Amino acid sequence: MTIRIERPLSPHIQIYRWTLTMTLSIVHRATGMALYFGTLLLVWWLFAVSSGPGAYAAVQSFTASWIGQLIAFGYTWALMHHMLSGVRHLVWDLGYGFKPAEREWLTRATLIGGILLTVLLWIVAYAIGGGR
Amino acid sequence: MVKFALPRNSKVTGGKTWPKPEGATETREFKVYRWNPDDDSNPSIDTFYVDVNECGPRVLDGLIWIKDHIDPTLTFRRSCREGVCGSCAMNINGQNTLACTKSMHDVAADAVKVSPLPHQPVVKDLVPDLTNFYAQYASIEPWLKTTTPTPQKEWRQSRDDREKLDGLYECILCACCSTACPSYWWNSDRFLGPAALLQAARWVSDSRDEATGERLDYLEDPFRLYRCHTILNCTKACPKNLNPAEAIAMLKLKLVERQM
Repeated sequence: MTIRIERPLSPHIQIYRWTLTMTLSIVHRATGMALYFGTLLLVWWLFAVSSGPGAYAAVQSFTASWIGQLIAFGYTWALMHHMLSGVRHLVWDLGYGFKPAEREWLTRATLIGGILLTVLLWIVAYAIGGGR
Repeated sequence: MVKFALPRNSKVTGGKTWPKPEGATETREFKVYRWNPDDDSNPSIDTFYVDVNECGPRVLDGLIWIKDHIDPTLTFRRSCREGVCGSCAMNINGQNTLACTKSMHDVAADAVKVSPLPHQPVVKDLVPDLTNFYAQYASIEPWLKTTTPTPQKEWRQSRDDREKLDGLYECILCACCSTACPSYWWNSDRFLGPAALLQAARWVSDSRDEATGERLDYLEDPFRLYRCHTILNCTKACPKNLNPAEAIAMLKLKLVERQM
């Protein structure tokens, strides 16, 4: 009679060496989820705009607070990163950018581009609106 | 299903440190995953010291040296020792590759850490059970399928058409790519994985094959093909420098093109 052996599962994410493409793949998903929550804030702001000055002031005081600013900054980055990452995936889905140098360049460009665009947007936003 | 933690019986605990070889002037530390179905215990990591001056330069040389000189029960697959058969595929310091082509001196860390191919049932020590992997390869029907009568001599193919198989036919089915893929870790019951998909691409690209439509039909599935999220671990792991990620992108494109 054969006895069924309970075989262990070999280690996977515990041991696999992280690569940039692997990290950005999970970051793409994380920023995608963050955008759902960030968009709720946008909806809140839109509701406030349509319901009157009192509600609008409440939202504005929240977004002007440091936590509000932090969330808004994070939302901007998530949006910019997710957008560029989406373009990167589009390039790959069209069958381009798979050579070693190309894929690493695309991945780095996504990461750095997302941060640069975010900072740039905020500089512009502060220059125009003074942080409000 | 995504499960980051290992099941209770798979958690790696403890391990034995074997004495350094006597009289060795220069040694390389090996940390090797061990599991014996005859013991009633969890997997462990054993530490060995290989006498570098007595042993060849590859990780496989080190493992064979350990088996010959320290612990004859150490179990692993190997055959050709030159990157042709794909038997000695394993995870070395966090990356899947062939132990026979990887130099133990190229490993940057203090120790050469060797583990079986990731997220597979372990038969013993470094030997994974690849039954599912082979079944998936069989499922893409890796043979020439035709409806026209077999010609008197061979099936003819132009030079250009033959070239379309380059970068696809060289696969040795070592499973380095599939077991490097997080999507495959979480969904190997339904996602075919990069190796089987590269072979699917090889038969879809073959000018002599007359079942291209059927083959694409089989792949048009949210899991079999589309669990690929272009993470690129497959391509980075391939010891033959093939590009499964690119082959999968080609299959996705073909599925779109035939609808236009």
